Amino acid sequence: MAAYIVRRIFQAIIVCVLVSILIFLSLRLLPADPLLIYITKSDAASYSPEMLDKLRHEMGLDKVLPLQYFDWVSKVVRLDLGNSFTFKQKVTELLLKRLPVSLHIGIIAFIISGVLGIIFGVLSGIRRGTWIDNVITPLSNLGVALPTFWLGIVLIYFFAFKWGWLPTYGYTSPFTDFWLSTKQLVMPVLVLMALPLCLVTRQARSSMLEAARQDYVRTAWSKGLSEKVVITRHILKNSLIPIITVIGMGVPHIFAGEVLVEMVFNIPGMGRMLIDAIMSLDYNLLQSGVLVITIVVVLSNLIVDISYSWVDPRVRY
Amino acid sequence: MAVKAEAVPIKSTRTIASSEVRYVVKVFFKRKLAVIGFVIILLLVLVAIFAPLLTPYDPIKVDSKNRLLQPSWSHPLGTDNTGRDTLSRIIYGTRTSLAVAFGAMGIATIAGVLIGLIAGYFGGIIYIVFMRFIDTLMSIPMLILALFLAAMFGGGLKNIIIALGISLTSIYARLMCGQVLAMKENDYILAMRSLGASDLRIMLRHILPNAFPPLLVMVTLQLGTMILAEAALSYIGIGIQPPTPAWGAMINSGYPYLFTQPVLSIAPGVAIALVVFGFNMVGDGLRDALDPKLRGVL
Repeated sequence: MAAYIVRRIFQAIIVCVLVSILIFLSLRLLPADPLLIYITKSDAASYSPEMLDKLRHEMGLDKVLPLQYFDWVSKVVRLDLGNSFTFKQKVTELLLKRLPVSLHIGIIAFIISGVLGIIFGVLSGIRRGTWIDNVITPLSNLGVALPTFWLGIVLIYFFAFKWGWLPTYGYTSPFTDFWLSTKQLVMPVLVLMALPLCLVTRQARSSMLEAARQDYVRTAWSKGLSEKVVITRHILKNSLIPIITVIGMGVPHIFAGEVLVEMVFNIPGMGRMLIDAIMSLDYNLLQSGVLVITIVVVLSNLIVDISYSWVDPRVRY
Repeated sequence: MAVKAEAVPIKSTRTIASSEVRYVVKVFFKRKLAVIGFVIILLLVLVAIFAPLLTPYDPIKVDSKNRLLQPSWSHPLGTDNTGRDTLSRIIYGTRTSLAVAFGAMGIATIAGVLIGLIAGYFGGIIYIVFMRFIDTLMSIPMLILALFLAAMFGGGLKNIIIALGISLTSIYARLMCGQVLAMKENDYILAMRSLGASDLRIMLRHILPNAFPPLLVMVTLQLGTMILAEAALSYIGIGIQPPTPAWGAMINSGYPYLFTQPVLSIAPGVAIALVVFGFNMVGDGLRDALDPKLRGVL
């Protein structure tokens, strides 16, 4: 077990290194001038060619690619991600301000979608064909088809414009005004959790149905165990692995959704930052943002893989 | 000799294959939701093809006299802030959406299948290198990878298709590789090899057709994802450039008028949801129809 965890951590580190190489190369090999990492496009246009060459030399862009990569990575490891010219501050400082906002919304959405997903899926699985199933299953099929940002706009129309229950947009730290912060969180969290919730519900339902067909479940029933015990100890416990996989896949969904949700609700988080970086062609900020998000996703995959053996003792490495 | 030994099994697999297809079609069309999805997709493809015949208005031409009209008989969904008919733009948007979805899917499937086939079949160092690369691509959330690539390539229809195609390649490579690994050690592959069939022939004639069912399911299910991703990119504003009608961009440009004219933002979203729902239901139906474990159950 310990050997497996060590091996798995080692793999995760390799993936992180490869992602960093990929991001590094994509900025150097694509048509855009890598100098644009350090200066804006309009600045680049106003400089003379000699000045540009001088800048390239100063930034080390005239070295061979592997050397450039090591320069960059050695700074990244020391948490020096350079400057963002759009926000006029250090990228690391910016990330420290933006990441907690995204995590605040994301973690709440992640937990609620996981818990509710299992509950809904189990309910519709064990009560297959009843009204509960007939409500939950079509809704979860519909939910995976809805565009996240559109759902946000529809919610704004009803909850904010028509009924005036909730503030339209914005983000307040829970430490400054907890009540306002919570009210502002309701819609973003609902929108963000919609897709993972529906995916988990669908998976939980089908794994429940799959596990309920097994022989040991029939044995459990015939032993005269109560319904509660059969469902929680026999069916649910045996169908958890695919459910956990889908819950784990919710992490990238939530990060991707965050880009859209933060745009719709005007929340100053990582997603909004990525869009600003793209719009102003702030390549340094963009690559740093993608790198940080990917590292978080890789870590979450690691946790999911390790948790398999904890959930299911049959899983041996 | 080799030719003769092959001719017999191929002929018999053909007849099995055609009865197989008939069985799958039968099971598929027995499922209500799958049929609904199929009809939705069929209708939308027809709408995309015959868009000019269905729309009395030009989807691009600005008509400043008729700005922001409320829904009426002549404009069932009203007009937007430049006087263009919303329904016409949604109908033309079908073309954009389907073109991006099918184009990106084509790139992702071909590239992914090739990578997966080669990695799985040859194994060893090729497998390790290819699959590490695929793992890397997979660990970046799909939409964020597509955003990143689109920002690198710049907007426009072609670049969006390429960006989305690359971001989905890893899924097909992973799927294909798994299929090949499971199939490679089967007796019939060993038999083919002992008959002297080339690697290329085994891969294309024997492994690829056997991996086709799960691939087909994945393609159908991912077409919906693709449409959602395209809509997201054009909503953010780095996808299809205006004035080309794209559903995501329409939702965004209708947003300032949400209070007075919600239909501008809400109608294109309904169109997106409808297509994605259609593809998902067809995909689910195919998956159940093609799943050997469910044979006889359905």
